[in-house]
Amino acid sequence: MLAQIVIVTVAALIAPTLVRFLGRRAFLLLAIVPLIPFIWALSLSDEILEGEILQQNIPWIESLDFSIAFELDGLAWIMVLIVSGIGALVVFYCNYYFTDASRGLRSFAAYLLAFVASMLGLVLANDLLLLFLFWELTTVFSYLLIGHNAESKSSRRAAMKALMVTTAGGLAMFVGFLILGVQVGSMEISVILDAEPRGSLITVAIALVLIGALSKSALFPFHFWLPSAMAAPTPVSAYLHAAAMVKAGIYLIARFAPAFADVEIWRPTIIIAGCITTLIGGWQALKQTDLKLMLAYGTISQLGLMAIFFGVGTVEAAVAGLALLIAHAVFKSSLFMSVGVIDRATGTRDIRRLHGLWNAMPLLSIGMVLSALSMAAVIPTFGFVAKEAAFGSLAAEWGNSALWPILTFVAVFVSAVLTAAYALRFVYGALSGSDGAASPVRVRPRPLLSQAPTAFLGLFGVVLGFWSIKPFIFLDPYADEFLDQQGNAAAQFHNEVILWHGFNLIFTLSLVALVLGAVMFWQRKRFAKLQAMLHQPISADGIYHGIMRGIDRFAVEVTGATQRGSLPLYLSTILIVVIVIPGTLLILSPNWFGNFVWFESPLQPFVGVIMIIAAIAAARSRRRLRAVALLGVTGYGVAILFAFNGAPDLALTQVLVETVSLVFFVFAMRRLPTHFSNRPLRRSRFLRLLVGVVFGATMAGVTYVAISARTANPISDDFAKWAYEVGGGKNIVNVILVDIRAWDTMGEISFLVAAATGVASLVFIKRRNARIVRPTDLEGPKQVWGLDDTMTLSVRQSVVEGNEASDREGFTWLRGGATLAPERRSIIFEVVTRLIFHTMIIFSIYLLFAGHNRPGGGFAAGLVVGVALLVRYLAGGRYELAEALPIDAGRILGIGLMIAVGSGIAAMFYTGTMFQSEIIHFTWPVFGEVKLVTSLFFDIGVYLVVVGLMLDVLRSLGAELDIQMEDEGEDSGDSVPVGSGVSSES
Amino acid sequence: MSPNLTLIITMGVLFAAGVYLILERSLTRILVGILLMSNATAILFILISGPNRGVPIIGMSPEDQMSDPLPQAMFLTAIVIGLGLTGFVLALAHRTWQLNRNDEVQDDIEDRRIIRLAQRDKESSTYEPDEGPDDSHEASDEVSDTDSRQAAEAEEIYLQLHGRRINDPKDPDEEVDSE
Repeated sequence: MLAQIVIVTVAALIAPTLVRFLGRRAFLLLAIVPLIPFIWALSLSDEILEGEILQQNIPWIESLDFSIAFELDGLAWIMVLIVSGIGALVVFYCNYYFTDASRGLRSFAAYLLAFVASMLGLVLANDLLLLFLFWELTTVFSYLLIGHNAESKSSRRAAMKALMVTTAGGLAMFVGFLILGVQVGSMEISVILDAEPRGSLITVAIALVLIGALSKSALFPFHFWLPSAMAAPTPVSAYLHAAAMVKAGIYLIARFAPAFADVEIWRPTIIIAGCITTLIGGWQALKQTDLKLMLAYGTISQLGLMAIFFGVGTVEAAVAGLALLIAHAVFKSSLFMSVGVIDRATGTRDIRRLHGLWNAMPLLSIGMVLSALSMAAVIPTFGFVAKEAAFGSLAAEWGNSALWPILTFVAVFVSAVLTAAYALRFVYGALSGSDGAASPVRVRPRPLLSQAPTAFLGLFGVVLGFWSIKPFIFLDPYADEFLDQQGNAAAQFHNEVILWHGFNLIFTLSLVALVLGAVMFWQRKRFAKLQAMLHQPISADGIYHGIMRGIDRFAVEVTGATQRGSLPLYLSTILIVVIVIPGTLLILSPNWFGNFVWFESPLQPFVGVIMIIAAIAAARSRRRLRAVALLGVTGYGVAILFAFNGAPDLALTQVLVETVSLVFFVFAMRRLPTHFSNRPLRRSRFLRLLVGVVFGATMAGVTYVAISARTANPISDDFAKWAYEVGGGKNIVNVILVDIRAWDTMGEISFLVAAATGVASLVFIKRRNARIVRPTDLEGPKQVWGLDDTMTLSVRQSVVEGNEASDREGFTWLRGGATLAPERRSIIFEVVTRLIFHTMIIFSIYLLFAGHNRPGGGFAAGLVVGVALLVRYLAGGRYELAEALPIDAGRILGIGLMIAVGSGIAAMFYTGTMFQSEIIHFTWPVFGEVKLVTSLFFDIGVYLVVVGLMLDVLRSLGAELDIQMEDEGEDSGDSVPVGSGVSSES
Repeated sequence: MSPNLTLIITMGVLFAAGVYLILERSLTRILVGILLMSNATAILFILISGPNRGVPIIGMSPEDQMSDPLPQAMFLTAIVIGLGLTGFVLALAHRTWQLNRNDEVQDDIEDRRIIRLAQRDKESSTYEPDEGPDDSHEASDEVSDTDSRQAAEAEEIYLQLHGRRINDPKDPDEEVDSE
């Protein structure tokens, strides 16, 4: 059974490609796909008719007891035949409905087939959660299909309305399913039905499930979404809104009826909703002049009818309901498809303008007439057979003095009259109507094959009718299960779905209904006047819009009240919550009075006081650079604390990061004003101070109490052992990073890649991977970082002479040096750079390889490379940076991430777990015995990502900003020249 | 464990200074504030690591005197993330400056617009009543009409927030506050 769904799903996936190459003709090919489950179901007909139930069960999420469970029984079998058979015809019909120029055909084909797959899943599912999954999938695809013409506002609204109503119902149903599942202790539908649970909770669950069913099948009070959904292309209406999706609710009622029909709310809810629905639908259908809308209201009416019979709770009524369902699927999809053909042939669906179709398209007309006869329940169509059985099953209830069977019968009878009337109106209006003479249309006949589905289904309705000369045995399996589930296995089901019962009361009533319908049609002008007089005071549609507007207004008010759009306000809210809730608990804590120490070494108060002063001064600073420099002081303070608290890796990294950050700040702030503007928040300063101080006190208190309260040992006690035995390294921190918690590090380097990309895209206005220009690529001299007038001529002259003197000696220390403005060059800096750069690179490689056993690792090593590049940039300008590493930063980031991920995946093949390390020993010439831990490759990835980040930021905030500033010709007084140092600002 | 008061007080002050700064509007100050809080958190991690001060490298210090390596590993990632964050926010500040000639975080225009809707008791644009033209061409006209109305409103709010029009390079924020 799963295979059938998978086949159709795969077809849905390749459908867009097919449509791309074949255009609309792809539908001819795709029409074969639904035939596969159809033939599959037919091939099983012997087993099903003998009462066999086929099951399939594939465990999925075992901890939740959630499995992919399917079941094919008599009911599901009929549904599969309808869904796949009519599905195939509709897909075939699409070829004629659409043109190659139709928009969005590729996605349409995919959605339509995906819908077929979901619908098959829905009717086959034997697990409540699985059923819900497919249920919602049909909702989603229905949304996409109704909204196919997304440019049209009415189409979008209709799609949204259908989605809202059915999803709301679906959610209610989901809750109901959960209650049922929990109460019974199983999510398997057949188990739940066999258990027949009862109780007030079950009643609530059934009510919720019924809400889902009513909303899906457009029953009162949810009926209003269906007419709007007619904005969909006609094949969608023919399939979703006649044969398939709207039947899902009815199917669910039919599925649950055997077990739950005697739950007290079952019968009143369904029968009342069904009666109202069928009468509203019939009444409204008579008002319509649009053929499609007429059918839509007719569908509502018929759905109401079906619901009634599944609501009654007797096996005869349920079987009659199933017969009605089959009859309706056949004739209604036939009629919808005919409307599509008419629409295409004439450009209108208005019965006041249509005429003369009979001559132009006889095949279509015959099909329409046959289907309409079935709709009106005229002998010998299957519609008639079903209606007879339905009348009969209700009449059987008359005996037991209750009033409801009679009232229900009256409603059903009136509905039959209305149906006959609108069936006549439909056929007459479409084929020959001359009522309104307003601008009749010209008919351009359509291909014969486009009329074929209508004719075929019309004829099929008659064939089924004659088939029922003998009892219609295909309903027997459902009837037997129904009796089984009701514990009535002994009772013999007597199949009343037969064409001819003889001249009895029921047949007479059927005739009367037809005659009355004809009379109503004959007196249609008077009837229209009557309808016009009785206008509705309130409509369900109006209520829906009222609710939607109310929700929207509520959302606007809530959003307006909470989303003030101010960052400080949001942050304050978060901070105040932290202060109030943990702060209150803090005061009540019993852990205030333990021992404490003032400090553990005399270094701590010394560093602490400096950090405190720096932090306060940074907060008070009005100058950007001063604030940043003071921030740096606290950062170096942290590094010292790390160094003296047994964290050499952290100290090393912190120092490197602090240094690099300072330079980043200086780069970025070259263009910003030297002072902070103070305009917007002067008044709230005290408040901010208060929040800050209280928050700081809260954090201090939380830390104090948490440390005092701590008694347990850290979970990392065993890390030392694991690190060496499993991770193969002596530096436990590094092993944690690349092995024990490698996923964290993976997330982190992904963040670094994202941040680097963000920096580049914010700074590079055009594109990031512009050609890397090295000094040797330059044509003509460059004057990078030129200062114009700030140097006296004589100084400049002497600098130029000095440079020329050194250049004359035939040795260039840095190639990029020549691209700088002469007054910016510093030979000493260039020489030092030249001397230390390679040493730093080698040092970084040492850190990378040694990091597993000694302080170091990929992060620190990458940062050292960053600093080396930074020195090259500062000494020789942007062309020197390009000279130092002439590779696109994005490429380094990408390769780094790839190596990191690759090492994790490789480990999975090796050891079965992502990022699991493997320790390999081997001997190499010169090196001797080598112990290689595979997590080294992960660390190399980390290293490259950090190098890429550094290079990207240097290229963006450094080099690119240089270029932008040169282009704008600005290097004015309030910007800070690179290389002038940080400490000079105060 | 006995808390270390010096470090706790240092941490508290750093948090306070950081919070004071992140409640600002200037992106540079916000960034400085975040980094101060990050440094405060570093002290927090030192505090919760416990009293042991041995280097957590096998062979360099006895195992029972090693400091807890897990907070260290966690904070090592935090340090490098801080660097990435610094670069990103600085680029953001630069971009804001390029567009607005200051680096301030302004109130969100969309949020302001919703506040206005709430004041006028109006629905948002996602509510589509059934009335109104159904024809797709008219509908698209209507959409563009709404678009221009919304653009005008956004312009007005922007003017309120910045004291100048969008794409107007005049810089009103040059005034400097003395300490």
